[in-house]
Order: sequence, then structure tokens, then C-alpha cells
Amino acid sequence: MKNNGKTAVEKVFSEKSGEDVYAGSIVEAELDYVMVNDITGPSAIDAFYQLDVEPKKEKIVLIPDHFVPSKDIASATQSKKLRDFAWKHEMPNYFEVGRGGVCHQVMMEKGFATPGALIAGADSHTCTYGALGAISVGIGGTEAGVIFGTGRMWFKVPETMMFRINGELDSSVEGKDVILNLISRIGVEGGRYKCLEFRGEGVEGLGVSDRMTMANMASEAGAKCAFMAPDKKTEDYLNSRSRKTWSFIDSDSDANYDRIFDIDASELEPVVSMPGSPADVKPVSEVNDEIDQAYIGSCTNGRIEDIRRAAQVLKGKKVHPRTRLIVVPSSQQVFEDAVSEGLVKLIAEAGGYVSGPTCGACLGGYMGVLGPGERCISSTNRNFLGRMGDKDSKVYLANPSVVAASSILGRIASPREVYEIVK
Amino acid sequence: MKLSNDLISGKIWRLGDNVDTDQIIPAKYLVTSDPDKLAMHFMENTHPELAKSIGKGDIIVAGRNFGCGSSREHAVKTIQGCGIRLVIAESFARIFFRNSINLGLPVIEAKIEAPEGTVLNVDMEKGRIHWDSGESEFQKYPPFLKKIVDSGSIINYAKEGLIRQK
Repeated sequence: MKNNGKTAVEKVFSEKSGEDVYAGSIVEAELDYVMVNDITGPSAIDAFYQLDVEPKKEKIVLIPDHFVPSKDIASATQSKKLRDFAWKHEMPNYFEVGRGGVCHQVMMEKGFATPGALIAGADSHTCTYGALGAISVGIGGTEAGVIFGTGRMWFKVPETMMFRINGELDSSVEGKDVILNLISRIGVEGGRYKCLEFRGEGVEGLGVSDRMTMANMASEAGAKCAFMAPDKKTEDYLNSRSRKTWSFIDSDSDANYDRIFDIDASELEPVVSMPGSPADVKPVSEVNDEIDQAYIGSCTNGRIEDIRRAAQVLKGKKVHPRTRLIVVPSSQQVFEDAVSEGLVKLIAEAGGYVSGPTCGACLGGYMGVLGPGERCISSTNRNFLGRMGDKDSKVYLANPSVVAASSILGRIASPREVYEIVK
Repeated sequence: MKLSNDLISGKIWRLGDNVDTDQIIPAKYLVTSDPDKLAMHFMENTHPELAKSIGKGDIIVAGRNFGCGSSREHAVKTIQGCGIRLVIAESFARIFFRNSINLGLPVIEAKIEAPEGTVLNVDMEKGRIHWDSGESEFQKYPPFLKKIVDSGSIINYAKEGLIRQK
């Protein structure tokens, strides 16, 4: 039987389409913002120019991040196209190298993502803003270009899967571990076309940064978007950032859910996704494979909270002689904070390499691409075949504390092992 | 003839489950959007001979969750650049499905139990597929998607809408 209550995602699509809709309806909805990066922006710009209309400037956000600072002439040509477009139309929301960073981090940090907002982004990890109660959906570049001109787009209102994390998480369990655990339970297409809603004490106890990591990887279960009900922590995060006024939003208690999963927080432990699939998860305690590279960065786990955790493990230790540690802050703000907190110095003294923000090696772009047969433990989001480099390289996914610990021992390890072995 | 009532015939190439966009077109080639240049690298990490073997008008038949991973519409452009006429999969990842509809690449959800090389005859209007030793059915596009598909692309669809507004 169907209830009258609505999920948060049904509420947002109802408001933005002006129709009273539930899951399954196809709507044309008004977007609050549309975001593109240097990879998806060029096709958006080409599409926009075919419409022969003025751009909806206030809605458009342009953030070069994948291959900037440019890695070669071809990538420089792509980001130049974005830059030229921004200057030609005097776009108010263009984030140049040195003032931006990884697009999703910038979208949250600069206050575009707010509770109840509907945001489309031409990048699959756009679902991240669900951590702040926004409904944000990954789309393609061409349709983003259509939104540049119309401010509107078609969407199918998704069903919602609820994950209730009951009880408190162990202090060693981070947002990354929770989401990898959930993906392993439902599989890489278990959330296909759904909105994943995360609730319960386990989620409430996490900080906004860990929640962002969870919402970010909803796309690795095939989801359309994620949602977490905003609370006091969300409000504190948005206080000095939000560009628009917003109000609290949540699903109704009698809303219709596709499925509800009740998960006992005490069952969750730090995990590693084995090479090939984010869903192939093992407890860290069961994996000790040797590694060539340890990578901390990306829209998933490149925030200041992540770098603090890595630094905590690395303090007074050295990166293993056979291993390289690469730390890539997810935005200019994160980089500045890492400098002012002394974290860059600490990591450098441990023998790690710290760069400015870029998507870089997460997608095998540059600044840490893997050679044949190399193994990398990474705080990023995908470990598909060849994702970070050569087709015969391997990527293991983990939380940033585990990545830092592994860099010290030269093999996959937990921080606890480091504290026991390296005094 | 509009795509939604087209008749499509072509030889099939089979791919497995969870074919991700990094397999379809590795990220290192995302420095261009030219379908012809992209097409040379279609599935090169896992099926290095495929790009050379595929002919114009051929059909891809894949398993579950085809096109998962990144939002890159280069994946659709790569497939179009190869001359592939249609992609049939047991299920599609959502952004790949959107990109295909929006860029005018027909995609349908169906399970086809026919070996590689089989010639399929697909009736888009009736939602039927048949081949020498079998047949299958598929769900036709809902009316809204049919409009986009028949416009040829989301750009054409949006243009028509903008003209109506004027």
C-alpha cells in the first residue's frame, strides 16, 4: 500500500517541477545550479551555443579540476575553452587554478550546496552534496550545456533506499569504511537509479566531512543521488558559506521506501576494497599486500579532516623506503589549511610528497599514474581495471588513516599495527 | 523515419557485466571529444582487437550495469565513433543511459541469448527482437523519452522547446 508521505527527494523534485510527484514520475525541473569541469565543460559549451540563447549566468558554475594545472597541450586546450567561455560571458562562478580545486569540494566549500537545493553536475560524484541535504545528480556534458541555456532538465524521480546505522561507530571506523561496507552488501548496481538515504546514530555521530565521503561513493553503487537529513553540524558547516537561504528538510515518517536496511554499527570495521571492484571488500586486518604507492586525495577523501588523520599516523614516522606517499589536498582552501596547521611540513618530513589540488591520478590523469604491475592503496573512489594508470596496475581503496599507515609499513596495514611495530 | 519506430538490423558483439566507462574509453584519452579519435581506443584494455573488428551498423550486446562509473559522455561518443548502431544490455548505469538518450544513441534493455556474430532484427516500434534461432522483447521508451529520442538529441529537443516559448 502506498502512503501519502514523501521522501526528501520526492519533496525536492515536487518543489522544483511545480508538480506533486512521487518516485517513478518523469519531470522537467528547475535547477539551482549546474556545474561542469574541464573534461565535461567543452561539450557543454558546444551544446549551449547551438541553442542560441543567453546563458543563465547565476546558475552556472565552472570548475576546472581533472587535468589542471594542465598536464599537456591537449588538456590545456580543453581548460582554455572553459576559461575563454567564462571570460567572454563574464561568468560570476568560475574558479581558476589557485582559487578552486576539485569541483565537488568547491561546490560545498563555497556554499553552492544547501539543503533542499537541486543541483546537476557533469561529473558522476555530484551526488556528494547529499551529505548537506541537497539533491545533486550526475549528468552528461551535453545536457549540462542545455541547462546553461534553459535552467531546466528532465529527471526521473528516484525511489529511496534507507540505510539506518544503529548505534555508535568505533573510533577507527571512518565514513569511507561505512560506505565501502554498504556497497559490498548491495553490490555495484545495488543502488542503481536510487536515492540512498543514510540515517541513524552512526551517521549523526559522524562529522560533515565523513558524511561527504559516504554520499560521494553512492555513485559506486549506481545511485542517482544521496540524502542525509541536515542537523546542527550541517548548519554549522553552512553558516559562513551558504549563498542562499535554506531550511531544514527531511523525509516524512510515512514516506514510501524501496528498501530499508538496518545495520548494527558494532559490525562495521575498517576495510579495504580489493583491486577490480569497490564492492570487493575485506577487513584491513585480513590484507597485507605490498604496495608501491599510497595516495591521499580526491573528492572522496582529500579534505582537511582526512589530511589531519593521515598526519596523525605519520607523525614522527617515515614513509617506507620502497613506497611513495602522495598527498593531494582537494581544494586550495584545504591546501592553505594544511600549510597553516603544519601538516604539509609534517608529511614532507616523513618523506611524503604534497601537491596543490587536482583530480590528477585518481582517474589516471597525471601526478601519480601507476606503471605496469604497480600497486597503490588509495583514499579515492574507484579501483576499476587500469583506473589509475597501466592496465596491469592495481588499486586498493581505503580510508586515509589506513593509507597513511600502509605507506609507513610498505604494505597494507592499519594505524594500530604501525603503533605496535614502529615505536 | 523516427528512431522510435525504426527497424534496426546488425551483427552483434558480446560484452560482459559491469563494463565501466574506464574500460569503454580510458581517462587518458579524454583530452579530445572527437568520436573518430576516441573510437580507436574503444575497450582497448580488455578487448584490444575489438575497435578494429567492429563494423558500421553493428550492435553491442552486454550484460548488467553497462556503462557504470564516470559521467564521461566520451563513452557514448566512442561507441558512436565506432559506427555502432545500437547497444542492448540487461541493464544500464544511469548516467550512461541518460547520455545515450541525450546524444541520440539508441539503447534498450533486453536479455539476448545468441552467440557473437548473430544478426539481430530489432523493431523499435513493437519492442521486439528476433534472430535466426530466437526472439526477445523489450520495454519501449516512455512518451517523454520518445520525444527526445525522436528529436535526435537533447539539443534538438531543447531547441524545439525554446522555439515554442518564443
